[in-house]
Amino acid sequence: MSRSTFLLDGQSVPFDDGQMILEAARAAGRYIPHLCWHPDFPPHGSCKLCVVKVAGRHVSACATPARAGAEVESDTPEINTERRTLLQMLFVEGNHFCPACEKSGDCQLQAMAYDLEMTTPRFRHFFPDRPVDASHPEVLLDFNRCIYCELCVRASREQDGKAVFALTGRGINKKLAVNAESGRLADTDFAADDKAARICPVGVILKKRVGFAVPIGERTYDRAPLHEVALPKPEGDT
Amino acid sequence: MSSDLETAANRDILRRVAIDPISRVEGHGKVTLLLDEAGKVHEARLHIVEFRGFEAFIEGRPYWEIPVIVQRLCGICPVSHHLAAAKALDYVVGAVPVTATADKMRRLMHYGQILQSHALHFFHLASPDLLFGFDAPAAQRNIAGVIAAHPDIARQGVGLRRFGQQVIAATAGKRIHGTAAVPGGINRHLSATDRDALTAEADTMVAWSQAAVALVRRLHEADPALYDRFGCVPSSLMSLVRADGAMELYDGQLRLRSADGEVLRDAVPSHDYMDFITEAVKPWSYMKFPYVTDLGPEAGWYKVGPLARVQNCDFIPTPLAEAERRAFRAYSGGAIQHASLAYHWARMIEMLHAAEVIRDLLPDPDLTGGERMAAGPRAASGVGVIEAPRGTLIHHYWVGDDDLVRWCNLIVSTTHNNEAMNRAVREVARRELSGQTLTEGLLNHIEVAIRAYDPCLSCATHALGKMPLEVRLLDADGASVDQKVRNG
Repeated sequence: MSRSTFLLDGQSVPFDDGQMILEAARAAGRYIPHLCWHPDFPPHGSCKLCVVKVAGRHVSACATPARAGAEVESDTPEINTERRTLLQMLFVEGNHFCPACEKSGDCQLQAMAYDLEMTTPRFRHFFPDRPVDASHPEVLLDFNRCIYCELCVRASREQDGKAVFALTGRGINKKLAVNAESGRLADTDFAADDKAARICPVGVILKKRVGFAVPIGERTYDRAPLHEVALPKPEGDT
Repeated sequence: MSSDLETAANRDILRRVAIDPISRVEGHGKVTLLLDEAGKVHEARLHIVEFRGFEAFIEGRPYWEIPVIVQRLCGICPVSHHLAAAKALDYVVGAVPVTATADKMRRLMHYGQILQSHALHFFHLASPDLLFGFDAPAAQRNIAGVIAAHPDIARQGVGLRRFGQQVIAATAGKRIHGTAAVPGGINRHLSATDRDALTAEADTMVAWSQAAVALVRRLHEADPALYDRFGCVPSSLMSLVRADGAMELYDGQLRLRSADGEVLRDAVPSHDYMDFITEAVKPWSYMKFPYVTDLGPEAGWYKVGPLARVQNCDFIPTPLAEAERRAFRAYSGGAIQHASLAYHWARMIEMLHAAEVIRDLLPDPDLTGGERMAAGPRAASGVGVIEAPRGTLIHHYWVGDDDLVRWCNLIVSTTHNNEAMNRAVREVARRELSGQTLTEGLLNHIEVAIRAYDPCLSCATHALGKMPLEVRLLDADGASVDQKVRNG
């Protein structure tokens, strides 16, 4: 039985019933930018980087089911400009100093900025005051770089069964919090081998003392751009 | 003595001339002169006009980030800060000593840094003054002028700097702001490809460095009346030396030699620097004035950098540079040289030494293989001292049990030379400018003296910027009488 298809930037993409646009595109080897989406979790729809246009309307590709015959615009100057603006807002909202950041080269936010050719933050920096949490013996939390994708929140809750992290506050006052009376990571049951410890797409949740063990220039996105790394590897490729 | 020009007695009735900012140096600085109606100089000061504050924002950051973040102090000698921080933090992670591979990779990186910085400083920044004269037209007195008039010298200077940068790139990962030195060791080996490419040029670099030393020596010998006198400020000399008294730029112990050559303090462990040195504060400058504590601020100030190192060591452990050191000492009959322009001669001897060290290190198999990291019992603090191109560089960190830096202290090379540079400025102002009609060329004499020290004002002041020059002449009422502007 032939599968239904939709058009992504004019090219046919097959999909299964109930599959989201982003998932179907990805399975077909087509990249749609995303930060908060992760294959192990249900769509979240918060970062909005996966914005696409379907029938003239902006929708999140991660949370919009594919429909047969739909015409989806993604890699267009208009959409990429909007994505760049979203990225620029993410950069100025936190404190993202790539030159001295140990996640440089392994950071999805940085890699996407390169991918989408963001050359300047453009907006005024907020320079928020976000103290780091170094209380845990194995893991450092540098909240300066949080983009509120909630991947750590979801991983801790749904895979580790611990609920170590949560978002508190609303709107611009939103922040990542540690679920302990003291607010300190050391006072939770968080462990360095938790799924939540390894899922941060930026430089918030960091294994201590090894930040620059891998040289800059030999890191994930130094070797290949995000739009290649983010796609599933072909069968048999390791 | 020229200390009488530090503060004028009747400042309010004098007219003020500012050289702001100083050109062909790193970072922002300015010089102010106070003159009376007859043009006699009553006060001359080197000011540091910007503040960067790295010490403050390093606090609270994880220690493993420090060698990478702190090197952003400077785009000319980031390697020096990178390595001084890594060396200090080696103590924190108990990696003392580091492995042979880490030690040699860092040394190679450091000598590449010395080579490129000395080449940049001499050829690009200082040589126009020496080749064309202090009063030469400003349009000629720059690296483009050197290229036009002395293409061979310019080509070798640019080539030496390029080679030094390639050594840095091969060891640190990037020409500027690499990330290879980590607390406890190094995160990469030298590739065989890079080793072979560098080896192929190493002998040429030694030869070009020899030619550079010969050039400066010829300049000195041709005009001793200028070179031996200009900006001469006798003082003690401080630097690291190896335990056997050899010149040592990566690691060693502190030695202080008096202005007339007597060793005053020797084998001072670098981690005792806080007992050895005190930093005085003066109300008119953001840059501190260090002195040897038990000698006091009047007698205890000193010079650092090439002129100090070449005369403080007992010998240079590479033959060609050692021969040049002996020639340097013989030139003054064994007396310690204190003239500002002698810095350039000493600097080129060090560049030759660096070229020899690089050439000799490159075949070492520890660079291309071997254990990169070491570890041991944790410590709460560490001091890293290194001889940066401009002089002794001290990094000191306290790290909490949570791995965050609690406190840090940085004493950079230019800070050590603050008193000496100020005295050189006063000396030149008194001898060359006082009573004269000020011209751009005459004001350049002041800058020539500062430039000889190779000040990295961006490090010392924690400032960063380009170097256009603006000179304003104000009358006794503060009204602008004349103004000259040139682009850097």
